[in-house]
Amino acid sequence: MLDCSERLAWLAGRLLADLGAAVTKLEAPRADVSSVEWRALNVNKRLRRLDFAEPAGRRALDELAASADILIATPHPGAGDAEIFDHRRLARINPRLIVVAVTPFGLTGPKAGWLVSDIEIMAAGGAMSLAGEPDGAPMRVSATQSYAWAGAQAAVGALTALAARARTGRGQLVDVSAQAAVITAIAHAPAFVDILGIVPTRAGAYMTGRSVTGARFRVFWPCRDGHVNFILYGGGAGRRTNEQLVAWMRERNVDLGPLAAIDWARFDPTGSTQDQIDAMEAPIAKFFSSISKREFLEQAHRREMLGYPVSNVADIATDPQLEARGFWQDIAGPGGRSERHCGAFVIVDGVRPPLVPTADEPDRALPKVAT
Amino acid sequence: MSAGVQALAGINVVEFGGYAAGPHIGKMLANFGAMVVHVESMGRPDGFRLQYPPYKDNKPGINAGGCFAFFNDSKFGVTLDLKKPEGIVLARRLTDWCDIVIENMRPGVMERLGLGYESLRTTNPDLIMLSTCNMGQTGPRADTPGFGSQLSALAGMCGLTGERDGPPMLLYGPYIDFIASTLGAVAVLAALEKRRRTGAGTLLDISQYECGLLFLAGPLLDYHVNGKIAERCGNDDPVAAPHGVWSCRDGGWLALSCWTDAEFARLCAVLGKPELSADPRVATAAGRKSHRALLDAAITDWSRPRDAEKAAEILQGAGVHAHVVETMADLFADPQLEARRQWRRRPHPVIGNQAYLMPAFDLSETPGEITCAAPTLGGDNEKVFRELLGLTEREYADYRAQKVFD
Repeated sequence: MLDCSERLAWLAGRLLADLGAAVTKLEAPRADVSSVEWRALNVNKRLRRLDFAEPAGRRALDELAASADILIATPHPGAGDAEIFDHRRLARINPRLIVVAVTPFGLTGPKAGWLVSDIEIMAAGGAMSLAGEPDGAPMRVSATQSYAWAGAQAAVGALTALAARARTGRGQLVDVSAQAAVITAIAHAPAFVDILGIVPTRAGAYMTGRSVTGARFRVFWPCRDGHVNFILYGGGAGRRTNEQLVAWMRERNVDLGPLAAIDWARFDPTGSTQDQIDAMEAPIAKFFSSISKREFLEQAHRREMLGYPVSNVADIATDPQLEARGFWQDIAGPGGRSERHCGAFVIVDGVRPPLVPTADEPDRALPKVAT
Repeated sequence: MSAGVQALAGINVVEFGGYAAGPHIGKMLANFGAMVVHVESMGRPDGFRLQYPPYKDNKPGINAGGCFAFFNDSKFGVTLDLKKPEGIVLARRLTDWCDIVIENMRPGVMERLGLGYESLRTTNPDLIMLSTCNMGQTGPRADTPGFGSQLSALAGMCGLTGERDGPPMLLYGPYIDFIASTLGAVAVLAALEKRRRTGAGTLLDISQYECGLLFLAGPLLDYHVNGKIAERCGNDDPVAAPHGVWSCRDGGWLALSCWTDAEFARLCAVLGKPELSADPRVATAAGRKSHRALLDAAITDWSRPRDAEKAAEILQGAGVHAHVVETMADLFADPQLEARRQWRRRPHPVIGNQAYLMPAFDLSETPGEITCAAPTLGGDNEKVFRELLGLTEREYADYRAQKVFD
């Protein structure tokens, strides 16, 4: 597999490499490959330097494409690289080649040539309109997400085309839109418009829409070293969680306030007023402020409560669950120094496929162009 | 339900479970021709059917749920009472018939039902089975139940959303579930390719938590290597400035970013303040970051009297990164999504003409399709058990009399 992609689709090749594909990452001679983003998403690939601006580089690409199964690129519609990665041109060299073109909006359409980055793609896919304070500005996730959504969909598309090739013997074009990929992230929110004419908006740190009185329910609670995510649910799941929370608070001799008198089997948040919710949440807020994120994680698990701490990367890096499953993979990075990467995303037949370091591909004779 | 020309025609899939994480995998496969059977029971239907709006005319009903429908188009729907031995017998008929089993029960449930992978492969040796749950099938917290909306907090996404000095933010729904389902589709398709080459089946253990972390692989490596803890920072970017959203006349928001000094100069020209780009205070990205108020005022002066969509078009014409922040309503009016036929309406017997979302990719030779609306509860029992599995009329009637389809 040839990975000619820019940042927009790096994850696609990484996902396929994690499952055993032999992926060669093609980069321009002076392209920077030292950033953590590059290393994290191009691990498990072979690195080869080719200059597509030069005829020799383009010839070399065509020779590699002649024997490849999949080529992933991020062409810019209307620019020179669109011709280099044109599927019809490459199909003449290798009719079995699957060409995956990942672009912000797809290869055709009125916005195909638009200039965008992560924030504009998250905006175009609707995700920003659903994140942030209700009366504040739309928010993006501070770490780039739309490129990962595009890359993940590209990997699905590449393998879907591979399944088709097994039957037809022919490759084809996989046209991936990052904008459309982001719509995947927003669940069924568009269905509210479609079915009821209601436009969902951002809810900030609270959950709304669960009470006929319009009461809002706290989702994020300050704790001793950050925040936890906890919601007063109703129903069977909420009953267990709420009962266990109260039991936990009793063990700590915490003042339960109105929580002490509630029959959780009958608690129904749909009829609760804001005053009632505020009164219930006050002792919970006081209790949570006294515990740590890790304590919440361990107790919530032990008591089968719904809810999780709001982790940062340091919390995630020390999570025993990930350690036990061998998620982290230590491999050699620049200068031979060991680096800890996210491992392959799936355990296959009981084994997590191991990563291998990104390596410069040895200079070797290029394969002959198929005729 | 699958057209003969589609990429995954001839691939049979059976789903046990509900909500998003399992069924969304099957939907993507169904959209490219796989024949997918979604298994529920009358006593325990998919949780998305009754617990999550929107409902047709805002009236909850077992077949009125737009949320369930949104993730289950192009599939067959059957019901089986898996508490009855006969229900397990028919479930085994389904798993013998299919190529892929997808399940998102709590770990151990499929084994207790007699539907674990080791058991299923005794009669279907090259079966591909994918199990997906919050934490994966192993580890000290493997049995943790949970919703994706909360798991997105554990996996770091909520903590990375919001203003620097404000609380974490929700990402609307079970954000991480859709990461796991998309990566789950990658896993089962790769297993199909492996089976084609080797003849061997595969067991795939997906942890939704771990899948989500692949979307933060860079910040996690940055922590491991450099000790840097990524933090939420509103709409700021470490490189681009300005970078954010600005309100417009029509109540909409405009997202824009400048990645070079030259692009900033083009922005200034559009704003009618070409002299601003020569102002030494904002001549560099670092300067622009430290004089945010100056830029905010200049952009706001320009955006406020304009509609967001028009403002984005003007900036695009000038070579500046820009796009309107689309609302859920905007997604149905976007000419680009229309050009790609991203939404496809299909008639549902209760909901009516609902818009279904195509996957974000399409194939030039074997294109995808929404072949039909989502199934009603047990709506395809006869079709699946009689026509696909070959039960006789008598057998089917006997099972029905024993309430196996309840």
